[in-house]
Amino acid sequence: MISARQLTKVFDGHVAVDGIDVEVQPGECFGFLGPNGAGKSSTMRMIACVSPSSGGALRVLGLDPAADGPAIRARLGVVPQEDNLDLELSVWDNLIIYGRYFGLPRAQLRGRATALLEFVQLTDRADGKVDPLSGGMKRRLTIARALMNDPELLLLDEPTTGLDPQARHLVWERLFQLKNQGVTIVLTTHYMDEAEQLCDRLVIMDEGTIAAEGSPRSLIERHAPREVVEMRFPDETERLAALDVVTRHGGRVEALAERILIYTDDGDAHVARLAADGVRPDRVLVRRSSLEDVFLILTGRTLDD
Amino acid sequence: MAAITSTVRRSGLLRVVEREAQIYRRLWRSSVFTYFVGPALYLAARGLGLGGLIEANGSFASDVTYLQFVAPGLLAATVMQSAAADSLWPVMGGMKWMRSFHSMAATPLTPAQILAGELCWSSIRVALSATIFLLVAGVLGALASPWAVLAVPAAVLTALAFSAPISAFSATQESDTRFPLVMRFVILPLFLFSGTFFPLSDLPAWIQAAMWLSPLWHGVELCRAATTGHVVSAVAVVGHVVVLAAFVVGGFRWGARAFRTRLAA
Repeated sequence: MISARQLTKVFDGHVAVDGIDVEVQPGECFGFLGPNGAGKSSTMRMIACVSPSSGGALRVLGLDPAADGPAIRARLGVVPQEDNLDLELSVWDNLIIYGRYFGLPRAQLRGRATALLEFVQLTDRADGKVDPLSGGMKRRLTIARALMNDPELLLLDEPTTGLDPQARHLVWERLFQLKNQGVTIVLTTHYMDEAEQLCDRLVIMDEGTIAAEGSPRSLIERHAPREVVEMRFPDETERLAALDVVTRHGGRVEALAERILIYTDDGDAHVARLAADGVRPDRVLVRRSSLEDVFLILTGRTLDD
Repeated sequence: MAAITSTVRRSGLLRVVEREAQIYRRLWRSSVFTYFVGPALYLAARGLGLGGLIEANGSFASDVTYLQFVAPGLLAATVMQSAAADSLWPVMGGMKWMRSFHSMAATPLTPAQILAGELCWSSIRVALSATIFLLVAGVLGALASPWAVLAVPAAVLTALAFSAPISAFSATQESDTRFPLVMRFVILPLFLFSGTFFPLSDLPAWIQAAMWLSPLWHGVELCRAATTGHVVSAVAVVGHVVVLAAFVVGGFRWGARAFRTRLAA
């Protein structure tokens, strides 16, 4: 569906995307995971054929965005990061008019709009205005709008940023359903739980480059030990003292602003050994390694940095 | 799917017009005064009130009445003002505030089609308001010739000569801080000095020369030729059309580039 080789984007002398290679297969849900400014949105805008690439080769749906932009866009569904619903139109007209941009006949669009409003649970808001909708509803409406042309490829840029947990889960549920219907989905996110929930395969992006690629499971297995011990200390002095001991005990250690993370295959045993050596944190949490940890290990930074 | 793409390629600008018309269906009542009643009142006050005074004074020597002289001027000036306003804030809205142009740009529509659609919609409204203006003018006795119907295309051409380059300008702006300056230092002086309310020959020679660059003056002359039926020379008419068309074409080219750059950023 998408094939990028050494894809590059330069803005005003700043390299936003620095020669990335990406392949997306039909039917999969593919993610770009990374912090803000990693180049995810720039990549998405090139794939969406609204922003030309500065270098490298890009094919979307087997076509060249530089030559066939309109033809490719006719087969894409796009959910942008910033809501751009038409505030001057009703919920219903937002769907119909958007469908008209694709040149589809009104009769066909009416049927589709009815089904899609049902799908995103906004049927009762059809005649209402867009502005009073909550953030989650607006996002769902934007997803419905992106599906009006029955796209072969759905692109979502930070689909749940700014939504409360309940609204996020509703969006995820809808995306899951689409995925099960065989829609190819590409999304960007800086939430590791979103990437773990939705993506079959993802790339971790940092500073315009790809740091790692694989399924969420394989990325964790490949780059992070099985478990993580998170320790918090009452004050800085104790934290630094403990850090000394912790480092001597070996394993991979990440010292963050308020926490010390220790990557190990057996968290509880590690905690016991440290306790015997006098390390007494305020709070200890032993958990499974996540994509967040993979990112930290690969880049030395957290995703919200 | 290929069929859909080619349909959109041909008629993309109509899709944009369709959106604007859909919005207008809900909003037209609020624009009635600005576009239709306001200009008609203006015409009555200027033409009948002021005209009476000027003619009594004997300072307006012409074979048309002052009302007949000022009506085409007002028509051209009014469509200029609404074309300018239509291509400043609404363009910023589409690019930045509501980002509706960005949602269009994600579909098969191209930036040039989005611009063309907006200009086309603006022209439809200009044609409508020019028609109503002329009907009122006719009732008031401000039209001296049946050729006055040609004032509608002349008004549309005049409006486009402003909306095309001003839309381009708006697309290059990051905020609307300069917009009032455009209205105050470009539109208002043109409004006053382009032969709208008094003949250009009453002005100093250097202003007369400068007004050759004013699309409004060319628009006023065309509208006036139509509504009075007085054509000074065919060359002059062709000249006015060519200058206005140059503003439209130049403005559209600049605008298509500005829209493409802005929507890709």
